[in-house]
Amino acid sequence: MTAAAELYEPKLGALPTLTGTPTHYCAGCEHGTLTRLIAKAIDELGVRERTVMVSSVGCSVLAHEYLNVDAVQAPHGRAPAVMAGIKRVRPDLLTFAVQGDGDAVSIGLLELLNAANRGEPITVFLVNNAIYGMTGGQMAPTTPSGMVTTTTPAGRDPVTTGPPIDATRLVAAFESPAYVKRVFLPILPTPSPRVFNARGALEGAKAVRHAFEVQQRGGFAFVEFVSTCSVNWKLGILEAKRYAAEVLRPLFPPGLYRDRFAVEGR
Amino acid sequence: MSDVREFLKGNEALAYGALRTGLNAYFAYPITPSSEIPETLATEFARSTFPDFRTFLQAASELEAINMVIGAAATGAKAMTATSGPGFSLKQEGLSYAAGMELPLLVVDVNRAGPGLGNLGPEQTDYFQATRGGGHGGYPTLVLAPSSVPEMASFPALGFDLAFAYRTPVILLADAFLGQLKEDLVFPDVPSPSYDVAWAATGARGEARHVLSSLHLELADQSRHSRHLLDKRTRIAQREQRAEEVGTEDAEIVFVAYGICARLARRAVRILRSRSIRAGLLRPITLAPFPERRVRQLIEQGRRKFLVVELNAGQMVDDVRLAAGGAANVELLGEMGGLLPSSLDLVRAAEAMAR
Repeated sequence: MTAAAELYEPKLGALPTLTGTPTHYCAGCEHGTLTRLIAKAIDELGVRERTVMVSSVGCSVLAHEYLNVDAVQAPHGRAPAVMAGIKRVRPDLLTFAVQGDGDAVSIGLLELLNAANRGEPITVFLVNNAIYGMTGGQMAPTTPSGMVTTTTPAGRDPVTTGPPIDATRLVAAFESPAYVKRVFLPILPTPSPRVFNARGALEGAKAVRHAFEVQQRGGFAFVEFVSTCSVNWKLGILEAKRYAAEVLRPLFPPGLYRDRFAVEGR
Repeated sequence: MSDVREFLKGNEALAYGALRTGLNAYFAYPITPSSEIPETLATEFARSTFPDFRTFLQAASELEAINMVIGAAATGAKAMTATSGPGFSLKQEGLSYAAGMELPLLVVDVNRAGPGLGNLGPEQTDYFQATRGGGHGGYPTLVLAPSSVPEMASFPALGFDLAFAYRTPVILLADAFLGQLKEDLVFPDVPSPSYDVAWAATGARGEARHVLSSLHLELADQSRHSRHLLDKRTRIAQREQRAEEVGTEDAEIVFVAYGICARLARRAVRILRSRSIRAGLLRPITLAPFPERRVRQLIEQGRRKFLVVELNAGQMVDDVRLAAGGAANVELLGEMGGLLPSSLDLVRAAEAMAR
């Protein structure tokens, strides 16, 4: 075990569905949080041995290095189609993808929306951090108007580039999806300097588990995690959390947008 | 099932051939002149005639279809899709990923005419895109060229055999003429083979888990993987070159033609021989690997004149010239736009070359 892994393990504890490989995610990034929430849900449900994750393209491209499950790589944006192919021949398997906003909402919007409309029994976790992280901070489909990115140096102009796309409401516009939820994932500072509000992670843990349960019952499940990217936003970690709360949360309101099987009611 | 005699279009025969070799999944996007393939499979899926055939699904795009094939193939299923030129361009992304992940799958291209939309007539202009690996990154492809309706029916079985043996995508390159041509054929009563799919991603049990990925961020890892793919290409080239020959043993002029053009050449050989010109035909069955060994052997045996007939401005002719290495006269008779040369055009060109 590397020194970094030793640091990681005692703090967070080993899970059978975590490989223990230290993640490459930047400090403060919610991708790492979500990775752990997924591993926890898979272990709780006892489905690791019949799970096949689909790796997308973006910061989540290496998620299969951290999650101890079988994995298949999808081309950029095509993860929902690859998952549909898996489930159509092997409905007994559980499949999911962690997609970024560029992957799911820009280059892969056709794949996402058509899978949603067919009600494919798959699970899409969208990490919306409003920017292309892996490629170094370019405008994403979810970038708020006015945000400076490397391809919108004067701030995103909605007149020429359109306003940010609300993926959750797009998915919820179809009748077929069984579970559509948006979670605000970042932990938030509180007035007390050593105390943080981690409600997002708790909500996220439930949403991940619900999304898998919905898939097991044959439904399409979509959870958007509003997240931060302090490095590419050029903000400190806590500044980025505050920015997300002030700008992204009103733009992408958290909430339950569809729950056909009433998994949250029980 | 017993042997069954049928009278079918090439596209229909291909669909039934795939079903009879145990096709599990078909993902469709309609495009002329290949649409009878998904239509036939949709009908048979609704009838539940073939128990192995678990999935037929019409996708929203060519990209969705090839990526669904990737997903199904990753679980070890026999999965395929079919398209024509404009769609085949869109399949290249998926073919690159599938080759990188070493997934066995089948893609059929019923080649139509022209760049862009072109028209619905036959051409062989997708030869380069199919044989060179039309996607990014450099990878081996295995390309089969049927030349009759019976071969449209039998090549899916051959294609899956090769795809699973080498864990690589296989392309079946037909043309609009073969897709629409009707001939009679016999489906032999043979059991559908099952393949070793121990590598498939179907859930990690015990210590072993299967990660099917084309991502190798460490340069040395990618180098190793690329060499592994190159070794595979070399192995395929050594073992799998296939061709049919007619009258090549004494030919003073050898046609090289595949698909619909091979049928024209076969007739031209008969006519030329009736005129005392010893003509022959080398018909590549595998376009990749190209049967260059046979070209070289024919040259060693004294054949010096090769007339390549293809429905493009000259693509396979490059492979014949590469194989000949300047040791033979290699000429091209090409036709484009969806038109076919007549056998008499071939005869005249061969007579001119023979003089």
